[in-house]
Amino acid sequence: MTVHFKQETFRDDYTYSNSPEAIRRFPFPFDKDEYMYSVNIEQHMPGPAKSPFEFPIDIDEHYVSEMRDRAITLAQDPKRCQSLPHMITAEWDLVELLMESMAKHYPELFTLTQDGDRWRWINRPLDIDQTFTFGDASTLPYPPMEYITRQCQGDFALLDQRLDNLWMDAGMITSQADWSLDFDIGMNFLEWHAPVPLAKDMAIFERALKFLLNLQQGRPVRRLNWTMTINPRLDTSPENYDKWGADRATVTPENVGRKVHLRVELQAMWRLPRSNAIVFSIRGYLINMDELVTVPKWARRFHRVLRELRPELAEYKGLTRYRQTTIDWLAKHDDGAPTSPGFQPD
Amino acid sequence: MSGGVEIAVVVAEIEQAARNVKRFRFAAKDGGSLPHFAAGSHVVVLMRDGERTIRNAYSLIDRAEDGSSYRIGVLRTPNSRGGSKFMHERVSVGDELRITMPVNLFPLFHPGRKHLLIAGGIGVTPIYAMADELQRRGALYEIHYAVRDEAHGAFIDEMRARHGDRLKLYRRDLEEILAVDQILPGQPLGTHLYVCGPEGMIEAVLEGGLEAGWPKEHLHAERFQTPPTGEPFALRLAKAGLTCEVRGDQSMLEALEEAGFDPPSLCRGGACGQCAVDVLEADGELIHNDHYLSAAERASGEKIMLCVSRLKGRELVLDL
Amino acid sequence: MNTDVMDSRPTYGGLRLDPRAKSHLVVVDGDGAPAVLDAFAGAEDELNRTTILCAHEDVAAGGLERLCALRAARLQLSGSSEDLLTEFERVLDGADMSVRIYVAGRESFIGKVVASAALRGVVPDSVVAERRGGVSRRVQCVHCKHIDEGVTASPYRCSGCGQHLLVRDHFSRRLAAFQGVRIDAEIPGEVPPAMELAS
Repeated sequence: MTVHFKQETFRDDYTYSNSPEAIRRFPFPFDKDEYMYSVNIEQHMPGPAKSPFEFPIDIDEHYVSEMRDRAITLAQDPKRCQSLPHMITAEWDLVELLMESMAKHYPELFTLTQDGDRWRWINRPLDIDQTFTFGDASTLPYPPMEYITRQCQGDFALLDQRLDNLWMDAGMITSQADWSLDFDIGMNFLEWHAPVPLAKDMAIFERALKFLLNLQQGRPVRRLNWTMTINPRLDTSPENYDKWGADRATVTPENVGRKVHLRVELQAMWRLPRSNAIVFSIRGYLINMDELVTVPKWARRFHRVLRELRPELAEYKGLTRYRQTTIDWLAKHDDGAPTSPGFQPD
Repeated sequence: MSGGVEIAVVVAEIEQAARNVKRFRFAAKDGGSLPHFAAGSHVVVLMRDGERTIRNAYSLIDRAEDGSSYRIGVLRTPNSRGGSKFMHERVSVGDELRITMPVNLFPLFHPGRKHLLIAGGIGVTPIYAMADELQRRGALYEIHYAVRDEAHGAFIDEMRARHGDRLKLYRRDLEEILAVDQILPGQPLGTHLYVCGPEGMIEAVLEGGLEAGWPKEHLHAERFQTPPTGEPFALRLAKAGLTCEVRGDQSMLEALEEAGFDPPSLCRGGACGQCAVDVLEADGELIHNDHYLSAAERASGEKIMLCVSRLKGRELVLDL
Repeated sequence: MNTDVMDSRPTYGGLRLDPRAKSHLVVVDGDGAPAVLDAFAGAEDELNRTTILCAHEDVAAGGLERLCALRAARLQLSGSSEDLLTEFERVLDGADMSVRIYVAGRESFIGKVVASAALRGVVPDSVVAERRGGVSRRVQCVHCKHIDEGVTASPYRCSGCGQHLLVRDHFSRRLAAFQGVRIDAEIPGEVPPAMELAS
């Protein structure tokens, strides 16, 4: 499989866009014409060829540019990547998981050679050839988690399991939907989900926690979550909200198509072997409204989802200011025809 | 087991580690390497006994340096419901078995400043793995290990070689008593205690910890246990329309599996909560043997765990 | 499980003496003294193995005298809240597992005490805490990371970067602080009137 990597930006002039193939494989998150928060966890099994679910770790045409954007964010704010000292074993577990998966499924791009603890990692798109000793952090140019997550799309949090809870004790978070690792690090599962409205009453996080505490090695799970972002910006952190927040007020009927993006998170969770920690990966996909409506079913359905969304969820997701403008724009692409069940385009 | 990943293994070595304890070394049948695991993990061993499959959970002692094998320890229990007897009498080198992926319900508290590992008898198996892991991480730890006599030699020799005088041994035949009131005083703030052994010992150590003034949050115990035996009773699944008999020497989970029904389960020892189900009717007393349900949940009579709990009565109807 | 725990904001059970502890280490600030009096008054045996740490300037008027009158085995006064935390950490470094830690006072102070103990391997839930005193909060500006103490209204002006911040009900145990986020990021200058924080 060959991937053509696009040269594009996620800030300033925002040249990011999706190729027609990338649009076809977009993980559209709505299988019905309405949305309500739910646990919606399923096994992270291999999905259809060319879909984002084909392999455990998805590398796509935006890889090289996303990694460049991550490096810029880290240079400006090193606290986006942090790890408490007891998480070092989990960091190495993550190195193994990501390198093995990437090398196995994208052999033209990545090669991993393991000779006992002596490992050689070749990353062709980023022009890296690194020999190191697995388990010896001094043989890598960065700490293990930072090293590998500078080379893998998606944000990553490492959750330690103790006292029947999960504790977010490490992470690489540079493209988050408005939460701060620097603030949340050390919190348990229920604490870091506390800002989600409605969830408190539904107690769904308690069920999700119980489920995850029993997550088994070799049985990863995934769920989709979504929000919206103005401009194809990866760094929608609270730290920089004072810089990107104003973008939300710039949406007009004329620019909805290219400015308003649906942002989908493919969240996958693996039990890590040596540490018993859980890695929580948050792989983001962005699609603007012009691109979305090239799939008629998605245009109709997203229009209806957005129209019916409960106000408190819209507020939590930060959509309030441009929601109506977007609904009005999408209405022109919704003829009222019924939509077929399931996520995929017709 | 309920869709979990299973691994085919071959028995590579059997060793009489103590009078009633055999140590088994399992190698992957395909010759590959077995998954890493965190200290405190167990696997469920599936034993084919004719038409019947016996499933028992055993803590992992260690994984060979090259990843080629695991070791477990099996105590032959006098009132064995079949599993330990099978392992002791019917399994020989070269036999094939299946095991599940490691699951950890007894994790170390890694942010702790120091770790006290307390083992009694066969309870040494997870403690052995914990000591190795703490040593690898360069943590502060002590091992306190109570045995009946020198016949537990195999574990003792290996642990002494690895951990030197961090291992303190208590031999009952020499009238050496593992007394928590001797061990706990003066332990530095931030110490965590882990205990695994016979139920009575666990209770005594936990109580001793509280008596020594420790907060309960710092006292950790391996809680899973073998399903207690009892009187037979009938089980009816309302949704599935299935009825079966639970024999005195088997658990509800085992009876359902024998009847071809595969309810969700994980630890099979009353610890993880995976097999908790809703009770619709019970014409007798629910005997809860798990460590998972809250007192309120037990009192409600609405929930029961299939792996270790029973009915003292004629028929139990479940929402399955 | 109780759904009330679905909050990043800690809940405090109230000071209750744990008679099984071999010694008691009590840290007090602000209006915390009455909570200590409620829990320890009359418990002569327990007071014989109790250390109370507090700061001169911080314990509300009258509280100090009444703490002295408790006649705990040891009463250590520090010059400031900062010195008090340093003293607390010094005591922790020499403490063993038989001690129980108690803290009474403002929420941010409790947070700092618990965070200090947690850094030393103590499980936060084992620290017995009671919140007393005003509703003021310690807030970290998520943008410039400056921490303001004693924030009583939202929005407030960050004394680090000068931006107007909404105080979120989101509490970090590591920082012992709430989160402040710019309130007029979307429409600069659109700052609603400040409201007193209610709790």
